[in-house]
Amino acid sequence: MEPFEPRVVAFLCNWCSYTGADLAGTSRKKYPTNLLPIRVMCSGRVDPEFILKAFREGADGVIILGCHPGDCHYINGNHKTLGRFPILKKLVQQFGIHPDRLRLEWVSASEGDRYAVVVAEMTEQVRKLGPLRWNTRIKETVAASAAGGE
Amino acid sequence: MNTYTYYPGCSMSATGKAYAESLETVAKVLDIRLAELDDWNCCGATAYFSVRETLSHAISARNLALAEAQGPGRDVVAACSACYLGLNKTNKYLKEFPELRKRVDSALDAGGLKYDGSLEVRHILEVVVKDVGLEKVAALTTRKLEGLKVASYAGCQMVRPYGFDDSECPVLLDNLVRAVGATPVPFAMAARCCGGSQMMTNEDAALRMTKNILLCAQDAGADVIITTCPLCQMNLDAFQAKVNHAFGTSFNIPILFFTQLLGLAFQVKPLGIERGVAKPGPALARFIS
Amino acid sequence: MKNPVIGVYVCHCGSNIGSVVNVPEVVEFAKGLPNVAVAREHKYMCSDPGQDVIKKDIKELGLNRVVVASCSPLMHEHTFRKACESAGLNPYYFQMANIREQVSWVTTDKVRATEKAKVVLVGAVNRVVEHDPLFVKSVPVTPATLVIGGGVAGIEAALQVAASHTQVHLVEKEPSLGGHMARFDKTFPTLDCAACILTPKMVQANTNPFIKVHAYSEVIEVSGYVGNFTVKIRHKASYVNNDKCTGCGVCITKCPERGIPAEFESGLGNRPVYVAPDAPQHGKKPKDTFGKRPAIYTPFAQAVPNKPVIDRDNCRYYTTGKCRVCEKMCEPGAIDFDQKDWIEEIQVGNIIVATGMKTFDPTPMKNLGYGRIPDVYTGLEFERICHSSGPTEGQILTWKKESPKAIAIVHCVGSRDDKHHRHCSRVCCMYSLKYAHLIKEKLHNCEVYEFYIDMRCFGKGYEEFYSRLLQEDVRFVRGRVAEVSDWGIYPEEKGRLVVRVEDTLAAQVRRIPVDMVILSTALEPAENADHLKHTLHMSCSSDLFYLERHPKLAPVSTATDGIYIAGACQGPKDIPDSVAQAGAAAAQAIGMIKRGVVEIEPTTAHIEESMCTGCQICIPLCPYTAIRRNEEKRIAYIEGALCKGCGTCVGACPSGAAQQWGFDDRQIYREIEGVLAAK
Ligand SMILES: Cc1cc2nc3c(=O)[nH]c(=O)nc-3n(C[C@H](O)[C@H](O)[C@H](O)COP(=O)(O)OP(=O)(O)OC[C@H]3O[C@@H](n4cnc5c(N)ncnc54)[C@H](O)[C@@H]3O)c2cc1C
Ligand code: FES
Repeated sequence: MEPFEPRVVAFLCNWCSYTGADLAGTSRKKYPTNLLPIRVMCSGRVDPEFILKAFREGADGVIILGCHPGDCHYINGNHKTLGRFPILKKLVQQFGIHPDRLRLEWVSASEGDRYAVVVAEMTEQVRKLGPLRWNTRIKETVAASAAGGE
Repeated sequence: MNTYTYYPGCSMSATGKAYAESLETVAKVLDIRLAELDDWNCCGATAYFSVRETLSHAISARNLALAEAQGPGRDVVAACSACYLGLNKTNKYLKEFPELRKRVDSALDAGGLKYDGSLEVRHILEVVVKDVGLEKVAALTTRKLEGLKVASYAGCQMVRPYGFDDSECPVLLDNLVRAVGATPVPFAMAARCCGGSQMMTNEDAALRMTKNILLCAQDAGADVIITTCPLCQMNLDAFQAKVNHAFGTSFNIPILFFTQLLGLAFQVKPLGIERGVAKPGPALARFIS
Repeated sequence: MKNPVIGVYVCHCGSNIGSVVNVPEVVEFAKGLPNVAVAREHKYMCSDPGQDVIKKDIKELGLNRVVVASCSPLMHEHTFRKACESAGLNPYYFQMANIREQVSWVTTDKVRATEKAKVVLVGAVNRVVEHDPLFVKSVPVTPATLVIGGGVAGIEAALQVAASHTQVHLVEKEPSLGGHMARFDKTFPTLDCAACILTPKMVQANTNPFIKVHAYSEVIEVSGYVGNFTVKIRHKASYVNNDKCTGCGVCITKCPERGIPAEFESGLGNRPVYVAPDAPQHGKKPKDTFGKRPAIYTPFAQAVPNKPVIDRDNCRYYTTGKCRVCEKMCEPGAIDFDQKDWIEEIQVGNIIVATGMKTFDPTPMKNLGYGRIPDVYTGLEFERICHSSGPTEGQILTWKKESPKAIAIVHCVGSRDDKHHRHCSRVCCMYSLKYAHLIKEKLHNCEVYEFYIDMRCFGKGYEEFYSRLLQEDVRFVRGRVAEVSDWGIYPEEKGRLVVRVEDTLAAQVRRIPVDMVILSTALEPAENADHLKHTLHMSCSSDLFYLERHPKLAPVSTATDGIYIAGACQGPKDIPDSVAQAGAAAAQAIGMIKRGVVEIEPTTAHIEESMCTGCQICIPLCPYTAIRRNEEKRIAYIEGALCKGCGTCVGACPSGAAQQWGFDDRQIYREIEGVLAAK
């Protein structure tokens, strides 16, 4: 069997984190390829639905990256994200997903180094948790209960 | 009354006997209890760390493990700067480097010991200045050491690298000197190495370092130098004759432990002042009765 | 909707992408993706020939969607959108896949890089299908520019903008314009007199009919958007009515309070006066005015505007309730003790930030003795000692008012030091050389030592200046100073300062006795830089100076449209570079104002009326209060002009009624599906 390579969907805000990720590139920092970046204008745009959607589509982890508190390009969009986040953690847990598969990090436009570190950390964190296969698991559960299982 | 786990270290029972005596006397006045660690071993001093790093952490950790078992939650207090540095270093490294921790743990395990890392290692000076406090020291002073000019010598190991005092310009000892009514003199060499660890290996260099400290104190007009470490005290005191011989100087500066100075201000005994090699001049002798 | 016909273009970017990502393989892969009509590669997609390929395909193959896999959208999204537009395609039918900054540059494994490039590409191809045509809005620009900071950069920017007959508001927090340069005696490398070149500019700025100088003021709030900013300026109470004040200065000479350390003299006024041990003791202490100022003051004689201010914290009337001497002396009756801070609101089209820097406080570096040993000075203090109108009237004297026989200049204090600032402060080597020259000029027999790590003489004429100093008998010692001590061991050191240093060229530790030490301290961001950063929503680089949009190609722009940066606020720099940047920023500001309109990104939020349940969750979330409630329909609506398009309301809307153009749920869902499509 091939070794498990986790897939982590990352939502990056345009102003800090996406710029920081670009800086990691311009500074030629090396990090794992497991992170799949999706750009949004602000971390506040990240709808809880996006996270569930990502897990449903087969992501093993999801990370939201925004500007440091106080630095949001839109004044305080990231505060909204911060406020939402504990609820999101609970939510995914209720869906049977380990809360460590979801993470929130602040990466500023100057923190290319940090971005690389965060990516590596998150990849390892999710690798340890193993494949999620959420969608398959749901289907299996549904099939099992339809077949009159437990 | 605050209780601390007291780690005396080897020097305190040999060259630093006066430190041990005066500390015991003064601790009573200051109302701090120093519960001596049972079955302690040598800390390895600073030299051993450069020779066998893991092993020296392991022997240091043994003391910490014992301390954790004998006095859970109590701070470990050392009076010798080298002991303080060694124990503190191990304590910090164990937290910082998991690899080292694993190896030290297995060494402790072999001896049926275990250390969780729950303790803080502190120097007795810090306890006196921060826990007891300068106000209390001033209040306990029964005879102000007025007119006594004191050079406060912190040495290098107590303030570097884990200083609770500024590592270039330490101030805590000076504050203590003021609290007992004496006068601190400006002392540029307060945190320079006395050459202690080199006296056996490179005597020329060590003597020069000792000389510079004595010279600085003399230039500043100090009647006495106070120290916080048995090694520094011995070096500055016992080697004065050798320095004089080597450099043609004529130093005779008494070197006291800061606890002895406190004892003089509190007018308590025994302080072991008679154990010193350099004999007190008139400015200091006034207070020794 | 018409069936999507997608063109995919994968860029090699020379070898930047192509040497890591297998571009032909990605192209082949793209050809097999749904709706993709054509997939091509190109050495440089952003080049004219590259863009022409896209344009041609749009016209000939009838493409109605375009995806380019190349660098970051922050780099070239605009370029490709324009290309689409010029071929008749709505520019928002375009999507970019970043396979350079976030793939090829950060991966060494070619196989995995190629895989990731494909995945990112699928995301983009999936997403672009859902794109809507969007239309850029044009809004008129308020024809005025705000310049924040009245140092040499701010003054220059203001003058340049005003030269186009555009209204400028120049806000300076201190009572006078001038910034750091006003404190200098001479400037490197030409050694021209700072005041002679700066003062005329300050006066010009103050008298120019198109420039309104708001001295002793601060910007406290900025709202609006590019082209139309509303700015609140707080004018600090100076307790002097500027309309009545003639600037005669009688109040200043009569003020009985004279012992306040003058900010303008840096830390010189903070030192205690030297009293010789054998000085006769008269009951009264000698009057100490060295480096001090009165409570009513102008920072320096040539201050512009030449209107004094009262320092309320130190004014006797405010501290003791008695005095008012200045009021009695002021003939025009300009003193007004009841004055209050007041707030002015202005409208501008764009903003130039030129708030400069401050110098590092070396007190924490105890080994260097600053703050403890009176004869250890910072560069800025020495600048004043050298200055003919400084407290020593240009005579180089030690604290004891003696002529020094040897002076040490210590480079890189707080710079290039992991404990403080990692950056090089760029100007210190040069001003250190300037000091050496000035000292040699004034005191021929004085020994001057420069303790440096590397000499960095990067500018025009700078290396030549260094060579000249090498001929002027200055001693250069390569090594970081370990300690400045006021206690000497050897007879020749007694009563002097000793610099201990490892001379790395001579390979030995040296002790060098001197009488005065100058610390060439690091440049760091201005006092309130962080605060202003938040007010203007700018970013900082890791050295905490303001971040430019692109280090090479957009050095005076910021990530926020309509906000430019110039001078030392962007990073340590000398006067020539500061002035050059000021000109560049001014050109951008003028360009926008002359065009008269700006384009606003259409990626704002809107409410799908039929889906809104009127729950009002979105309303308090909006940072710009752009969301209102339509009482009649009991639903929310978004004021388009106020929305900046963060999408926070969209992220929170429980019914999916709030959507963001260009970032709506469908688009992001498709992208998520895309990046996770591969098994
Ligand atoms: C000791 C020393 C010597 C130097 N010698 C030379 C030399 O010889 N030659 C040379 O080319 N360069 C020299 N330099 C560099 C030179 O000082 C800078 O290049 C120059 O000052 C940069 O100009 P500036 O306008 O960007 O910043 P500054 O001169 O720092 O001016 C910034 C202005 O903005 C104001 N300000 C700050 N924040 C706000 C705010 N929030 N609101 C309103 N106003 C604000 C400040 O009060 C100040 O007036 C020297 C620097 C130092 C430290
Ligand atoms: S813009 Fe980055 S979090 Fe809001």
